[in-house]
Amino acid sequence: MDVILLQLLNGLDKGGAYALIALGLTIIFGTLGVVNFAHGALFMLGAFCAVSVQALLGLEKIALHPTEKTAWGSPVEIRTPYVEDLLGDFGLLLLDYSVPASIIIAIPIMLLIGIAMERGLIRFFYKRPHAEQILVTFGLAIVLQEIVKAQFGANPIPQPAPDAAQGMLDFGAAIGFDAGNVVYPTWRLVYFLFSLGVIGAVFAFLQFTTFGMVVRAGMADRETVGLLGIDIDRRFTIVFGIAAIVAGLAGVMYTPILSPDYHMGMDFLVLSFVVVVVGGMGSLPGAVTAGFVLGILQSFASMNEVKDILPGIDQIIIYLIAVVILLVRPRGLMGRKGVMEG
Amino acid sequence: MTTVTESSPRGDLILLICFAAFVLAGPIILQPFGAGYPDLLQKFAIYGLFAMGFNILFGLTGYLSFGHAAFLGVGSYTAVWTFKLLSMNPIPAIILATLLGGAFAALIGYISLRRSGIYFSILTLAFAQMCYNLAYSVLTPITNGETGLQLTQSDPRVLDVAFGRDYGAVLPSSDLFGIDMTGYPGFYFCGVILIICFYISMRIFRSPFGMMLRAVKSNQNRMNYTGLNTRPYALTAFVISGMYAGLAGGLLAVTDPLAGAERMQWTASGEVVLMTILGGSGTLLGPVLGAGLIKYFENIFSAFNDQILAAVFGFLPDGLRDVLVSLSALFVGEGWHLTLGVLFMVIVIFLPGGLMEGFSRLRRLIVTRTGRNGDAAAPQAAE
Repeated sequence: MDVILLQLLNGLDKGGAYALIALGLTIIFGTLGVVNFAHGALFMLGAFCAVSVQALLGLEKIALHPTEKTAWGSPVEIRTPYVEDLLGDFGLLLLDYSVPASIIIAIPIMLLIGIAMERGLIRFFYKRPHAEQILVTFGLAIVLQEIVKAQFGANPIPQPAPDAAQGMLDFGAAIGFDAGNVVYPTWRLVYFLFSLGVIGAVFAFLQFTTFGMVVRAGMADRETVGLLGIDIDRRFTIVFGIAAIVAGLAGVMYTPILSPDYHMGMDFLVLSFVVVVVGGMGSLPGAVTAGFVLGILQSFASMNEVKDILPGIDQIIIYLIAVVILLVRPRGLMGRKGVMEG
Repeated sequence: MTTVTESSPRGDLILLICFAAFVLAGPIILQPFGAGYPDLLQKFAIYGLFAMGFNILFGLTGYLSFGHAAFLGVGSYTAVWTFKLLSMNPIPAIILATLLGGAFAALIGYISLRRSGIYFSILTLAFAQMCYNLAYSVLTPITNGETGLQLTQSDPRVLDVAFGRDYGAVLPSSDLFGIDMTGYPGFYFCGVILIICFYISMRIFRSPFGMMLRAVKSNQNRMNYTGLNTRPYALTAFVISGMYAGLAGGLLAVTDPLAGAERMQWTASGEVVLMTILGGSGTLLGPVLGAGLIKYFENIFSAFNDQILAAVFGFLPDGLRDVLVSLSALFVGEGWHLTLGVLFMVIVIFLPGGLMEGFSRLRRLIVTRTGRNGDAAAPQAAE
């Protein structure tokens, strides 16, 4: 029982990441009808927002100690981060919480990147075939990836979680199992809750605001909404920006779990496309559900007991499910009938 | 896209002869560009072959497969296993690689072709990723995991033993009846196969089967409504392109008897798509051209470093030179992928027909300028 619970928990953070990326992808697909292969790159850019913030906050002032010497006789260096110098204890706190603090900076940056992408590139591809959309966004993904590689290098850059969230949480003891049986890294739980929060916010935004209502109407029938005199193009640009924010935030918060490197976007992109397809292209609840389901299934498949019976299943389970779903029910779990079916 | 009406048996013959002459004279023609050495020429030929096969699927039927690298990998593994078990002669290796590549393609194509459009792309992508992951982990007894499959001295090589060939204490390399498959002989081996495959591809383009594939691309619904089942045609195209990919993989193993799982990664599939698009999908020469160009960039650009760049910009004043050097250093050497990505985008955005369309636009422009208006208004094939 506790083993099952543990695997369930293990799948949640990965499922959260899948769900967030797939949510953005499917929003873009549902509204703009664009297949965005650069979405993984947005996830990666979000992660590198966190890296930059960490690097900025970590800038240090180096001074030489007036009296003390090291064993070799050279003066001891004193390193003080500038933020500590400027802000005192609050600065240290900020340094500790650099990953969550990056969110504040990541939101406007990702919004700008998203809007620039839509205005600069994607909008010319609305009317062109899906194959060309895939190709051009794939090219863009390569470009973004290489720029990041040139700027930050090819090696993963580990990002620490805040001290308070670094430990393990004895999850089992809290709900009545033996202590120590179900322990769970705290940050993963934070990530799961965070992803739920973002998903909730996106749904609330689309459900309860006028803007969201117009966007949903546009998803259903773009032409009619345009004929009503609503500037649907501008709204869709903002929608693209929001999708970019969602992907970026997923990246920012994922950095303590997986040290960001320049090709993390490509790695996640394929998986999240699979998630979108399983959930149903253009279906938001489908993307979220499929994200969590696939994340959890993947963690079950990586149990040793399962691997003994079906070796390698942990590597391919997601693709296997995608193949089965595509063949049996091409519209996906919750997709509408007729969306790109064929 | 070249028009169907343009082709004539005589024109095709001329094209084939020109192509063959260009390939065979490749070492001389490409010498001034610094690409006249056999290793690179071999890569041109092999990837040209790969892209040509991919083009039979994508260019003719419009099915965008994102999993063709899997067949390349299968071909490589097959060829290395043939070297290990049967003989170091490349002929059985490439025959088996082609057959197995085709068999794999039949299997994956049979399932994937139930869907079209983006679903087809994702299905092929999923299959290729599965193959890659399996080759990396579970199939280690066959693929040797992340180390890659290599030759060893203790391999059985039954045919070689039967014919009394003994490689002694050195690690054997592939040879065609005593001709070592390295250097120029290796290139000419690949080159001749490339010419043969070009001929086959040309025959496919001109055949009624090729016309059928074009019809599938232009309007599949209409084809279905006329009562025609298009899937067998698409599947045949898929299998043929898989055989080309298997053959290319086999040739890769002939030139360097080593097979690794990286060859199957999905970015490798993206590369062949890129080659085809860059040259011009649906044209005969385009994919070969695109493959050559990309491999040329990959090998020449990636060798540039700051010193070479500084020499290139040497005529400029110091400050400007430094700026230009550091800017262009982004695009060459380690960062040549950036060039690739930019090229990719530029081609898709401005020249969807690829370089071949660029050429025909240029030609039309010149023809119009020189006053022969009649030719410029020649009818274009419908998209």
